[in-house]
Amino acid sequence: MTESQGRLAENILYFARALRAAGIPVGPGSVLDALAAVQTAGVGTREDFYWTLHAVFVKRHEHSVLFDQAFRIFFRKRAYIEKLIASMMPQAPGQQPQAPKPGAQRVQEALFAGLKELEQKKSEVEIDARLTVSDREVLQKKDFAQMSAAEIAAAKQAIARLRLPLDEIRTRRLAPNRRGHLIDIRRTLRASMKAGGAVIDLKYLGPKSKAPPIVALLDISGSMSQYTRLFLHFLHAVTDARKRVHTFLFGTRLTNVTRALREKDPDEALAACSAHVADWSGGTRIATSLHVFNRQWARRVLGQGAVVLLITDGLERDGEDTLAFEIDRLHRSARRLIWLNPLLRFEGFEAKAKGVKAMLPHVDELRPIHNLESMIELVRALSAMSAKGYDPKTMMRKVA
Amino acid sequence: MTGKPVPTSIDSTLDLLAKAGYIADRSLATVLFLALRMGRPLFLEGEAGVGKTEIAKVLSATLGRRLIRLQCYEGLDVAAAVYEWNYAAQMISIRLGEAEGTSDRERLEHDVFSERYLIKRPLLQALEPHPEGPPVLLIDEIDRTDEAFEAFLLEVLADFQVTIPELGTVKAAHAPIVVVTSNRTREVHDALKRRCLYHWVGYPNAERELVILRAKLPGIAKKLSEQVVAFVQGLRKEDLFKSPGVAETLDWAGALTELDVVALDPATVSDTLGVLLKYQDDIARMDGTKVKKLLDEVKSELRAAE
Repeated sequence: MTESQGRLAENILYFARALRAAGIPVGPGSVLDALAAVQTAGVGTREDFYWTLHAVFVKRHEHSVLFDQAFRIFFRKRAYIEKLIASMMPQAPGQQPQAPKPGAQRVQEALFAGLKELEQKKSEVEIDARLTVSDREVLQKKDFAQMSAAEIAAAKQAIARLRLPLDEIRTRRLAPNRRGHLIDIRRTLRASMKAGGAVIDLKYLGPKSKAPPIVALLDISGSMSQYTRLFLHFLHAVTDARKRVHTFLFGTRLTNVTRALREKDPDEALAACSAHVADWSGGTRIATSLHVFNRQWARRVLGQGAVVLLITDGLERDGEDTLAFEIDRLHRSARRLIWLNPLLRFEGFEAKAKGVKAMLPHVDELRPIHNLESMIELVRALSAMSAKGYDPKTMMRKVA
Repeated sequence: MTGKPVPTSIDSTLDLLAKAGYIADRSLATVLFLALRMGRPLFLEGEAGVGKTEIAKVLSATLGRRLIRLQCYEGLDVAAAVYEWNYAAQMISIRLGEAEGTSDRERLEHDVFSERYLIKRPLLQALEPHPEGPPVLLIDEIDRTDEAFEAFLLEVLADFQVTIPELGTVKAAHAPIVVVTSNRTREVHDALKRRCLYHWVGYPNAERELVILRAKLPGIAKKLSEQVVAFVQGLRKEDLFKSPGVAETLDWAGALTELDVVALDPATVSDTLGVLLKYQDDIARMDGTKVKKLLDEVKSELRAAE
């Protein structure tokens, strides 16, 4: 009996390792919990055993599928486990797939096209870091698409240095505040107690404010390829400065890269992003991607007054009927929807493309984002609520 | 103890729930049984209207324990969730002390910040001893509150204790049965989930939904109940913004019985669709022809099964 229990403990330990390799975060505490749970429930039927382990190891709905596969394969034949890890986790550390997928190659190219070149020009970059004032001005206004590798490196550093002012919304939570409007009776009483109850020194409470969540939807299709890399750097800087930032990439399908962008080092974060995405520099299906976002994510990430940054050129391949519907849906579930369009840099940009026409009536703000200056302006705009100068209605009037 | 002891096996857990009219599947019974036996909080996540809150209510009813409910909302703070001082009574006490000429400040402070002046809110109530055994603590819709409150809950759920600066630490002699629910309008932090046993409550399959429907509405006609369940199951496969939950199925079946409907027809379905679907987009999507098509499919399926 004890021997079989020993074997069971061992099996659970190995199974936990397999789960970890498959991408479910399982700590040593969970293994002990699992043992306790199995001892409590007893190993009756296979189904009970399954749900007992499920109760302890799975902490997210998404992990249920992984758990299911792992369980089936592991408890059928142990030898399958290496195959399992290899098949479920192509990006597992130290487990390189034999031949990189064509998508991965594209990702690599798209992300690190300038990297080798950049390394060679390292000395140049160091000089760039000490740019003169006029150089800096040039850099601020230069279009990202026309930058050299060295200039891109300098721009990246500038992005990393961006000061992000806290865009704040009032929450319903209260905090001690001298100019507050509510009397904090608890503190007042304690303070007056010190004086023996003779003097009552009123203390106040005021509403606490807090940075709202930011949700970024970044178009990574071919037409945006010159910009995506720097935008990702920008989003990484924003993620680093704020706690609640969710980032999604879309080309032909939607990918959530929020966790990848939480890596501290920007290059590691971007590498992690590239590992997740299969549709780099391909076509754009804005409506389909927004539809997936609206259905699967909107209710989970758009709570608590979120600001949505939609970064796309609006050149859509899908039918524009559904696009108008989806963007309207998105607009109604977000507190503020800002459309960042790099094409807006052209003086004569007009809302002629069908996709652009469909999207314009449903956004709160339309801004250019093609150089450092516009990026800095965006950061500033995030802290103010007005859309001065960037109201999409002016653009619509121009067309009409 | 007047309350019943917790069940001793997964089967008895299933029976216990069934006795109170809650038809659970075996996975839910397993995780519930483990939570009860191991004294761990149970974290239930799932779409609205699949019966998450109901579990806590059924537990409290069948085990004969008190149900203490903490409904979360944005801005929920310690004063509303744990405790608050009764300031008015404190003020009067201070004034009385003055009138009597009590000059001992230490004593006055000690008297005023004693348990007599403490208003206990749900979390503190749950930690107190109860004659019928540890209560059921329901922390409902935790995703509505903010991260700060979640962090505070960590202490409560890990050690079942809270600290009141003026009084000291209150620790539960017996851990309450904790059920935490979330609609997933935002992700709850992993640290909190780690302390709980997690379960995703999904939509039931047709067979189980039929049993639930008949348990909740015993008077419903056999044919109508079958059609209702099959139609709702079909509706869940449609591309909708919000699929109808079990609560909506029950509401709809109830509405149809009130209207004396014995079998579904397209017109009745279209007229009562607002009971099932709560978004205008979804109702617009399910127009007359679509409803008719789905209904025909449902009817032919049921005929084939007979």
